[in-house]
Amino acid sequence: MRTIQFREAIAEAMSEEMRRDSSVYLMGEEVAEYNGAYKASKGMLDEFGPKRVLDTPITELGFSGIGIGSAMNGNRPIIEFMTFNFSLVGIDQIINNAAKMRQMSGGQFNIPIVFRGPTASAGQLGATHSQAFESWYANCPGLKVIVPSNPYDAKGLLKSAIRDDDPIIFMESEQMYSDKAEVPEGEYLLPIGIAEIKREGNDVTVVSFGKIIKEAIKAADTLEKEGISCEIIDLRTIRPLDKDPIIKSVKKTNRLVILEEAWPFGNISTEIAYQLQSKAFDHLDAPIEKINTADTPAPYSPALLSEWLPREEDVIKSIKKVLYR
Amino acid sequence: MYKTISRLLRMGVPRLTCNSLTRTATVAVPQAQTRCMSTSEVDKPNFPGSKSKFVSQPYFLDPDDMEGIPVYRAMSQDGVFIDESQDPKFDENTIIKMYKDMTLLNTMDRVLYDSQRQGRISFYMTNYGEEGTHIGSAAALDPKDLVFGQYREVGVLMWRGFPLIQFIHQCYGNCKDLGKGRQMPVHYGSKNLHFVTISSTLATQMPQASGAAYAYKRKKNGLCVVCYFGEGAASEGDAHAAFNFAAVLDAPVIFFCRNNGYAISTPTKDQYRGDGIAARAAGYGIPSIRVDGNDVFAVYNATKHARELCVSQSRPVVIEAMTYRIGHHSTSDDSSAYRSVDEVSYYDQSDNPITRFRHYMTKRGVWNEDKEKQWKLDSRKMVMKAFA
Repeated sequence: MRTIQFREAIAEAMSEEMRRDSSVYLMGEEVAEYNGAYKASKGMLDEFGPKRVLDTPITELGFSGIGIGSAMNGNRPIIEFMTFNFSLVGIDQIINNAAKMRQMSGGQFNIPIVFRGPTASAGQLGATHSQAFESWYANCPGLKVIVPSNPYDAKGLLKSAIRDDDPIIFMESEQMYSDKAEVPEGEYLLPIGIAEIKREGNDVTVVSFGKIIKEAIKAADTLEKEGISCEIIDLRTIRPLDKDPIIKSVKKTNRLVILEEAWPFGNISTEIAYQLQSKAFDHLDAPIEKINTADTPAPYSPALLSEWLPREEDVIKSIKKVLYR
Repeated sequence: MYKTISRLLRMGVPRLTCNSLTRTATVAVPQAQTRCMSTSEVDKPNFPGSKSKFVSQPYFLDPDDMEGIPVYRAMSQDGVFIDESQDPKFDENTIIKMYKDMTLLNTMDRVLYDSQRQGRISFYMTNYGEEGTHIGSAAALDPKDLVFGQYREVGVLMWRGFPLIQFIHQCYGNCKDLGKGRQMPVHYGSKNLHFVTISSTLATQMPQASGAAYAYKRKKNGLCVVCYFGEGAASEGDAHAAFNFAAVLDAPVIFFCRNNGYAISTPTKDQYRGDGIAARAAGYGIPSIRVDGNDVFAVYNATKHARELCVSQSRPVVIEAMTYRIGHHSTSDDSSAYRSVDEVSYYDQSDNPITRFRHYMTKRGVWNEDKEKQWKLDSRKMVMKAFA
């Protein structure tokens, strides 16, 4: 099987869907002539031309609205945000229009649109370029939120997202675009709303998603040497949340640790913790632990940033805590 | 430095003779449309939204029929005033300070850009080609006028006396940084120098500037607010809100647009279809002027007039400075991917604000080859010393 980068997986998913369905198009800042701010649309302008790969002026609120309007009228747009931090400028369009339109119109208008781009931090980029938006969008009924952690999942899920008839928030990471993995040549789709057990184990359940899951994997490798076996579940889709595998896992391990790169208050980890204590109360042998970023805007200097982000040591500490070690 | 600036303010500033900026409504009537209009109208419209006259044939205002707003240029490329009345008659010290600030900025940019390439700092943005817009405008302001920037206006802070070492501290994000290591490089700020800390998000500073100007109007402090932004950022919704509100609130803010031709890779032809940013101002009821941004004197004169209008009549003004971004967007960009090296080199060689200013200085006898050589060495030494 060939090995490709995350960014190539994204470009392939979009290109394959655009070849298959002429109503699909890509719009965003720098997507055409520049081949994408992170080269996630490399070669697409050459193949599909300027009518299907459109560079926009700097106005997220503008092009989100334009995408939604065209989605209501027979198109299937893919709207790229240079980062989800900039989606804040267009969030009125995404929440009040894309997400709510199906319900508001009594089912007459659906919005088959995908908003994609990087989320959360990507190194020393400062407060306004490092925020995680998964919980902001996951809170909203009417949206689906997908956060893949590797190229294989990314391609299969993005293809499914483009074929989906409802608005989808598809979140990537600047720090994953160069990640390589084996991705099959042929056509494949992955189902939205299904989590995956990335590693089986018996002592503790670790739930995570996105780029930060790597810290859980590192922690699991380290702890294996001490005889602690971790079961790692990659959510892949945040909304709708696939809680059954988590419940099944906790019934086996009796301990739950959730690793999420986001501010602690009211995030995805909080929701999972609520659901699990509600559905698996009697199976928990320790309170649920969450590992998140510090509760402050992201700093810039490397010393501050390294304290702010969740690291392998933080994961190990939490795992040992729920194990009472 | 403050003495020089107050001297500048007391000097007479050449009058702009193109039009008078008073509050009478003028309707731009393109030639092609006049045939359709009838001459005598007895009733005048009395709609709450508009009060101009009635016409009895459909009247379309077609932008294609209008000539673009002209570009005000005071000095030719070889350093000579085109019209002597436009010479603000700076003294020698001011001229040398202007030149030294522009070139020091240029030197600092080169050193910091290289330091990013060497892995010493994580990121940098240069100001190449736009130094004239910074120095020309900063010199025309009161040092207490509040400045909101976008990220490519370092010269304004340099003019106001932000120490070289502080620029470097901020880029390194160390404990001496006024921003305490919270922000990426070039996100400078100084409350003392009335320069609001840069926030990465584009155009968000624009409505903030309108609000700050409104606060200044209420305080009656005789100051104005200056808001810098690029032609790309002007596409954001915040820009519309800022312009509209400044006009409605009669807020004393100068909206200074650096139209440098590119927003990362997006050229102006893909950014807008109208006649740039200056043409939008009239739609909001705001007077505007377009200037040659690479002509320090034109930028200075325009800003001086704009400030006068702003403060004396308490209303916003838009200045659109036409210039060119000689450098890449940032250290994360390679502009050869979307523009030709020849285009960049044309501006660098033939339309450079620093070169033009130097021709003027040399002709005036205030500068020469030896001083240039010496200053090149000295300015580099200053930057390297701050680095050490």
